[in-house]
Amino acid sequence: MNLLIIKNLKVSVDGKLILDDISLTVKKGETVAIMGPNGSGKSTLANVLMGHPAYKIESGKASFKGKNIIDLKPEERAALGMFLAWQQPREIAGLDLHPFLFDFHKSLMAARKKKVPSVFAFKKKLDEEINFLEIKDDWSKRYLNQGFSGGEKKKAEMLQLALSEPDLVVFDEIDSGLDVDALKIVGKAMARFKTKNTSAIIVTHYLRILKYLKPDKVIVMAKGKVVASGGSELASRLEKKGFKEVL
Amino acid sequence: MRMPKEALKKKSDPKKKKATNAHDSLWDSYNQSGYMSGTKAGLDEQLVRFISHEKQEPEWMLQKRLAALKLYREMPLPNWGPDLSKLDLEKITYYARATYKQSQTWDDVPVDIKETFNKLGIPQAEQEVLAGVGAQYESTVIYHSLKEEFRRQGVVFEDLDVALQAHEELVKKYFMRAVPPTLHKFAALHGAVWSGGTFLYIPKGVKVELPLQAYFRMNAKGMGQFEHTLIIVEEEAQAHYIEGCSAPRYGVDSLHAGCVEVYVAKNARFRYSSVESWSKDAYNLNTKRALVQEGAHMEWVGGNFGSNVTMLYPCSVLLGEGASADHLGVAFANHGQIQDTGAKVIHLAPKTTSNIVMKSISKDGGHAIYRGLVEISAAAENAVSNIKCDALILDPQSASDTIPMIKINNPSAVLAHEATAGKLNDDDIFYLRSRGLSESEASAMIVNGFINPIVKELPLEYAVEMNRMVELEMENSVG
Repeated sequence: MNLLIIKNLKVSVDGKLILDDISLTVKKGETVAIMGPNGSGKSTLANVLMGHPAYKIESGKASFKGKNIIDLKPEERAALGMFLAWQQPREIAGLDLHPFLFDFHKSLMAARKKKVPSVFAFKKKLDEEINFLEIKDDWSKRYLNQGFSGGEKKKAEMLQLALSEPDLVVFDEIDSGLDVDALKIVGKAMARFKTKNTSAIIVTHYLRILKYLKPDKVIVMAKGKVVASGGSELASRLEKKGFKEVL
Repeated sequence: MRMPKEALKKKSDPKKKKATNAHDSLWDSYNQSGYMSGTKAGLDEQLVRFISHEKQEPEWMLQKRLAALKLYREMPLPNWGPDLSKLDLEKITYYARATYKQSQTWDDVPVDIKETFNKLGIPQAEQEVLAGVGAQYESTVIYHSLKEEFRRQGVVFEDLDVALQAHEELVKKYFMRAVPPTLHKFAALHGAVWSGGTFLYIPKGVKVELPLQAYFRMNAKGMGQFEHTLIIVEEEAQAHYIEGCSAPRYGVDSLHAGCVEVYVAKNARFRYSSVESWSKDAYNLNTKRALVQEGAHMEWVGGNFGSNVTMLYPCSVLLGEGASADHLGVAFANHGQIQDTGAKVIHLAPKTTSNIVMKSISKDGGHAIYRGLVEISAAAENAVSNIKCDALILDPQSASDTIPMIKINNPSAVLAHEATAGKLNDDDIFYLRSRGLSESEASAMIVNGFINPIVKELPLEYAVEMNRMVELEMENSVG
């Protein structure tokens, strides 16, 4: 079953075409890696999927769970079951982390007509995730991402992912800015998320993150276009020979 | 530093505007103010004599009122701030009296007034946290309670009219000394027609842990409110007083010219917090001043919402060596509103320090102005002052200005001034929306985060209320 279908998508920003004729499908339970050099448009695609208002859809189709998402707001896409793990999570000054986590979890559950948890049920879930992610510092008194290290930010993304309970996650360079230990934990969390019912798009530069979550499909982008696609063997070829050789 | 302010110039008739603000929808129910009949607009000597007679005031107070009235007539309107020419001082009702007498317990408070207070959350708050409640309804305090332990400690938390009878010498010693009627036209007006308000006396060495609170509500059409708050904190004493104000919206300009005086004696500590939310047509021209003695510490924490024009610059006069003051403030200027707020600190003694942190938000054509004065006198050796002003300007129609005045007459002074102005970041909003929050929820979260360093200084229920006010202000946008 196709979860996400992108067909001939053209996207511009400030009148400039930045995604050109992108087509892509992600099946339920599938993991797709999107690779490519800097400036290839792969992170743009991640943001477009989540509905960043700065980008203009010129033509093409995009559907998720059979629903046209082109005109959906980011929060509506989140409610439908999409989640974007950010490459550079925003630092929101003064926004207390714990109330924020509870607030967005409640909104999502309400939008999905699911049971909104009690404070205690939520706290229990939160504590489990914090343990799993080996978050050692007391985050309860901190603000969302403010002053977090690279590793802490990515762990916070994984924490939000767990609280979002999505069907499709777009990991946008989740491995950037991570030391070896943090990479292990984040990789473990990615692998845990992925079941036969959930799907992932991994936008990345490097193969190292794909060790934790093996892609079923690899797509290579350059200059806003899809230039190659294949199975997981394509990823290894890219690693050995580099983007230039393969493209 | 500055955004275009075209929107300000094409001000529309406030009477035609739709109710767009938080306080409008929340609190603008109209209570039947039957007891208002018989009061008249305008100001003359007869009215001043009438007020004084009604309150059975001592002769010296009448004389003070008459002297203030004379000054008021002679003094010009301030010409350095927002335009006040639309404020018709002849149409203001300067005195109205509630028929209800002072109540001692909540059960005695009439039902329609309770409804108003219920919306403001007073009874619950009183039960749980608060040490005492003084709430002003129209011009007379109708409800006042004081916990028994404070009575034992000698704390006086009283309607000022009552205190004038019961503690005349104390009131006489301090009344309008920190804020003399000569200060400006509205201080003079206040001196002539003040009525109601709070008297708080903390005896030497007494430390009151829970915040003392009073709620004010201006509730009748076109009626001014001239409450006077007189606070005396004796040596080594410590307390926190908090008040909130709101007013329903009517099509007639209403004027608020209250006055707060705080006397902080040697080594005492006092915090004055207020969350004010005025109706869109109100002129909020309030004067607040503290005299701070040796080693004493004064804190002003304020949130200003609503009103047509607000001019408010709490002032600390640092009189004794080592005296210090913190001024923390938030102002939210929404559609058609001018929030001209700031701080004033006068350093008159050595080793005095002041910290000023002000944050403003302007939205839908609102105009927020930080206006501040820090003065270091020749006698103030080694004074230190830090000033930080941050402005958040939510759209191109809105504006923000920073007008910091600094006068230094002693070269040993150390001053730092920092000002920032910014917009909401689109990526920040998208980040929060990608988590499933709506655009207005996301914006409100960011704005609340912006003011959080100040809000967290408030007692919890006020912090919650202030966050909620921001959410409501953010929800309603003018198309």
